[in-house]
Amino acid sequence: MAFDFTEATVKAWRRENGRVGVRNHVVILPVDDISNAACEAVANNVKGTMAIPHAYGRLQFGEDLDLHFRTIIGTGANPNVAAVVVIGIEPEWTKTVVEGIAKTGKPVEGFWIEQNGDFETIRRASWKAKEFVHWATELQKEDCPLTDLWVSTKCGESDTTTGLSSCPTVGNMYDKLLPHGLYGVFGETSEITGAEHICEKRAANPEAAAKFRKTWQAYTDDVIEQFKTSDLSDSQPTKGNILGGLSTIEEKALGNLEKIGRTSSYIDVLEPAEAPAKGAGLYYMDTSSAAAECVTLMAAAGYVIHTFPTGQGNVVGNPIVPVIKISGNPRTLRTMAEHIDVDVTGVLRRDMTIDQAGDALIEMIKRTANGRFTAAEALGHREFSMTKLYRSA
Amino acid sequence: MSANTHPQLLVHDKADNVGVVVVEGLTAGTDMLCVCTEDNSDFRLTAKADIPIGHKVALKALTAGDTVIKYGEDIGKMVGPAEIGGHVHTHNLKTKRW
Repeated sequence: MAFDFTEATVKAWRRENGRVGVRNHVVILPVDDISNAACEAVANNVKGTMAIPHAYGRLQFGEDLDLHFRTIIGTGANPNVAAVVVIGIEPEWTKTVVEGIAKTGKPVEGFWIEQNGDFETIRRASWKAKEFVHWATELQKEDCPLTDLWVSTKCGESDTTTGLSSCPTVGNMYDKLLPHGLYGVFGETSEITGAEHICEKRAANPEAAAKFRKTWQAYTDDVIEQFKTSDLSDSQPTKGNILGGLSTIEEKALGNLEKIGRTSSYIDVLEPAEAPAKGAGLYYMDTSSAAAECVTLMAAAGYVIHTFPTGQGNVVGNPIVPVIKISGNPRTLRTMAEHIDVDVTGVLRRDMTIDQAGDALIEMIKRTANGRFTAAEALGHREFSMTKLYRSA
Repeated sequence: MSANTHPQLLVHDKADNVGVVVVEGLTAGTDMLCVCTEDNSDFRLTAKADIPIGHKVALKALTAGDTVIKYGEDIGKMVGPAEIGGHVHTHNLKTKRW
């Protein structure tokens, strides 16, 4: 009997704003690079917390500063985060981040280092972090519909097997779950290049198609034309892609697009780290194709589980979002099985259909939502990479 | 399917002129079982080279200038020849874009 997705539930945390989280992190969040040390000290003092150090946050301006705030606030606001201690060098931007996260209704408090020093900041922030840990660890999970989850996707270290097996596995999952209320997102603007005409046709409405074309054209004009040497060949396909058998950017893009299945279409196009606002369904996000940057942006937009097809074996994780790895490459399963959560090598042997592979991924999404650590979580992969648009002032 | 009926080569679309090696250690001279995933139809083809897993094989003789079709779509042009059963990769296939 076919699995009834409308009835499926997971045990997860229903947050103050109604969103469902599958992890219960207490995050110590730096506003800027020079507050990393204080955050790490607090996380060392108080067990059950996690600092998320990063490289930026000073002297940024304009669109680049907007993206910085959107990423930091979005990370704190993600439903996988129960409560947040924010630390910045000065009070103003710290308050901006605290106020942004507070809109979710979750506990958040800010501290700043100027006129306090690291010692006093760490002391006060540690007390608050401990209070948050006691509170968060008593929160109870409840039954939530599987389709209340927001599930993102991006593939990495792709090869020809991803287009044959792991990417269509994600596509099959989306085709099955999106009609029942799931939020999805895909992106990777440089990696759609080569199949942009096909991606444009997968828009659900003319507005989304036009927005996609504008986004892709802006990327081509502002990034590729400005910074390319002779072409993108040094990076797209990557050296790993080429080792795996991908020869051209078109071939890579067509495999990438397999992640949105046969019937799914995107309803809107998002800025990097922008939260979807047009209801349930699939979204396109303008992101880099670099794994950590892309997953960080999707997590900041509010997605709580990431599905990651890989061919040659990308090992990326994220601090707050479990990243589920799917691979169909038998050599990768032989040489680096510790990184793979869903083995779809049967698709290449013709022992497993894409429909069965999609069901296996849905089952792993359920188990992950219920608390199973992904391979990336068990191995401590917590890559958090901010996207930066241009040089700081 | 039993082990001896596992394919060595998969093809996405009936219109494609290349397929993908899906086993490790494929050697020249192997009589490959090839399956088209679109309709599960199969055919046989002899590999003309040792071709690594994930790499492409020409399903017909290709010469410089030919368009390479995979997923039923244009993925670039040949810049050198490949015999039927031969290796198709960056040495003889390039994007048309740049």
